[in-house]
Amino acid sequence: MWKDKAMRLLMLSAASTSIFLVALIFIFLMKESAPFVLKPGLGALIDRQWIPVSFVEEHFGILPLVTGSALVTGLSMLFTIPLSVLGAIYIAEIASPVEREILKPFIELLASIPSVVLGFFGLVVLAPLIKNLFGLGTGLTALTGALLLTLMAIPTVITLSEDAIMSVPRAYKDASQALGASDLQTIFQVIIPAALPGIIAAIMLGVGRVIGETMAVLMVTGNSAIMTWSPLAPVRTMTATIAAEMGEVSFGSMHYQALFWIGLVLLAVTFVLNVIAQRVLVRYGMMK
Amino acid sequence: MSRRRSEQITYFLIRGVMYSIVLVIGYILFDIVRHGLPALNWAFISEYPRKSGSEGGILPAIVGTLSLLAGTIVVALPLGICSAIYLSEYAEQNRFTAMIRLAIITLAGVPSIVYGLFGLGLFVLFLNFGTSILSGSLTLACMVLPTIIVSSEEALRAVPRGYRDASLALGATKWETIRTNVLPYSLSGIITGSILGIGRAAGETAPILLTVAAFYLPRLPKSIFDQVMALPYHLYILATQHPEADKVLPLQYATALVLLLLVLGLSLGAIIIRIHFRKKYRW
Amino acid sequence: MVETSPFPADTEHVITTSKVNFFYGATQALFDITMDIPGRRVTAFIGPSGCGKSTFLRIFNRMNDTIAGTRLEGDVRINGEDIYRNGSNVVRLRRKVGMVFQKSNPFPKSIFDNVAYGPRIHGTHDKQQLAEIVEKSLIRSALWDEVKDRLESNALGLSGGQQQRLCIARALAVGPEILLMDEPASALDPKSTIRIEDLIGELRNEYTIVIVTHNMQQAARISDYTAFFYEGHLVEFNATKKIFTKPREKQTEDYITGRFG
Repeated sequence: MWKDKAMRLLMLSAASTSIFLVALIFIFLMKESAPFVLKPGLGALIDRQWIPVSFVEEHFGILPLVTGSALVTGLSMLFTIPLSVLGAIYIAEIASPVEREILKPFIELLASIPSVVLGFFGLVVLAPLIKNLFGLGTGLTALTGALLLTLMAIPTVITLSEDAIMSVPRAYKDASQALGASDLQTIFQVIIPAALPGIIAAIMLGVGRVIGETMAVLMVTGNSAIMTWSPLAPVRTMTATIAAEMGEVSFGSMHYQALFWIGLVLLAVTFVLNVIAQRVLVRYGMMK
Repeated sequence: MSRRRSEQITYFLIRGVMYSIVLVIGYILFDIVRHGLPALNWAFISEYPRKSGSEGGILPAIVGTLSLLAGTIVVALPLGICSAIYLSEYAEQNRFTAMIRLAIITLAGVPSIVYGLFGLGLFVLFLNFGTSILSGSLTLACMVLPTIIVSSEEALRAVPRGYRDASLALGATKWETIRTNVLPYSLSGIITGSILGIGRAAGETAPILLTVAAFYLPRLPKSIFDQVMALPYHLYILATQHPEADKVLPLQYATALVLLLLVLGLSLGAIIIRIHFRKKYRW
Repeated sequence: MVETSPFPADTEHVITTSKVNFFYGATQALFDITMDIPGRRVTAFIGPSGCGKSTFLRIFNRMNDTIAGTRLEGDVRINGEDIYRNGSNVVRLRRKVGMVFQKSNPFPKSIFDNVAYGPRIHGTHDKQQLAEIVEKSLIRSALWDEVKDRLESNALGLSGGQQQRLCIARALAVGPEILLMDEPASALDPKSTIRIEDLIGELRNEYTIVIVTHNMQQAARISDYTAFFYEGHLVEFNATKKIFTKPREKQTEDYITGRFG
């Protein structure tokens, strides 16, 4: 019996590491970024300029990075939401069983393509295409990044939306059809509204994924830290900034701390998105 | 009649959306295979790079990625499986369990670059492992842990309750029951899910950027405290930092193809394992 | 309630319970059940679904322990030993008290490994010895002739009735004194049911058998004593013949004549 108790304790400790890890992540990000609060102070982050290395005056304003991330994420959601929801409807309600068995692994396949490979594809195929299409000086734009991010968000959003659609009780559908509604009317007037909380949660998790995505945007968005809302301008996201600059900073410098602050903001945003999405799923009984 | 017609158009549009997605995925894969295959040969995967990657092969990057994978598996697999066993077999519905679940969900949502920062702060600097295979593997292990836990728990829960009851009723202890009558049947699911998660880690760049990856290091690692090259980082460097990026385009494609083959190969392996075990245990 | 004891004077009571209350969380499932179950006899529990008969059965080998949030009050003794006292050894208890479940649940292993599972868990690893136990148990459960040539094939390839007899063999292999059966034939076809009933008849002189059934004919056919449960209460417990011919309680009569449930 002592062995039984020991094993339980072992499993319990293993399971506790997750809690421990989350705490460690928050603690270490805060620890590394903390001195920034004293000098130059948090106010320095709220600046329209990000010029972390300068002989004249350094600026650690993360606003252009935040708008960069927001622009790319917003644009990509513009594509992701309709594509994924329609895709999920197709897989869940329209596709034949055989089709479904083929389509689902295919979507999973997309999820397992490394982001650096997608970024590379974006760099050598998509960017020249965008450049020529819009007659731009460079194809490395917010739009290019958004299109790649769409490819990355689609598997998450389709899969979770499909789960949501599948979780709608069969009886709703039967009732609607018994009233003489066509299949399409049933889908759009009964099933989608009933699955909406799950779909919204799916979109939120997709947004979380897109905001945190690094390599693809680093490679194709042009990386210029300028505040803009133009889809055809080069931008720089929060994630790309960390990835591009962390390799060259001296550890402990203000620049280093500022990069950790960006990390903290990213962590906070994705944490909130995740928690809300889970709440929605639990509340509407759509947790698997 | 017109309603019918408009419905047909709508169906056509939805199907069009789905298949355009499929087409795009297909095209990306096709493009990489088409351009990557000509440059891919035995020398490319078995030789060291020369002239900062402009010539030669990618052996150190392959070995680097494989050693990172091995390290990730060694750390994350036992931890993930044990966590899943706790959640599926022991956990009661209480605050503590809810906290574990929240933690797992949180870990799953943490952006990969933030894992990189965390790994840099904890493993590289605080624990003084330096930029090394050890730091990189630990960072990747943290990242894949939630995937392994979730898929393993699902696999454990799929084992019918009756097996547990029968085993307990025969006088087996809880742990004996889990070891002999739950784990063996769920192993295929656990391995499949874990490989899918770990395969994704193989393709990740952001977490290793700050914790292990070397820009150019034409030799093999000797210990877990060595830096290594890694396939995804190598591709990134060749594609964006190389002074003559256009000239090495075939090498970039070939590297992308090798990385893709590795990741998809792992996924395929997982699926084969799943099929093999499904034949063995059916209920 | 019991005016004259239904048991012969020399009856040995193997399981005795006194004022047992049982709770699932805040819901009380059993109320003040006091009952003595005779050794080497077949005792049947009958009653409508949800009356608590299965819950009561699972108290005897503490299988309810595996359900979170359950609680027991009162005294449960097997051979005079309080099985719920602190420090009581559940593993030893379950070796002594075997169980056969409603849905046959052979492990997805070979027939041999299924039967050998219990003995192995309890430390028997000698091949010769295991083979003997397996053979003996399969003969006891009337399955030997059907499976002796394919002991290594997967148990899931057996028919439903065979699977259930395998589960009985698996329980017997541990060498229990008591066999608990939770509607063991409810998922089987009539022919397989008869085989199980015959088997129970053959085991009745060696084991104390407690069987839960919703099939009253079955209770009447195979049991020596019958207990009728209703909404968590033990309504009546008597010799099976008495219960089915001259029930003392109105509720029992209504149930066995099919007026409810």
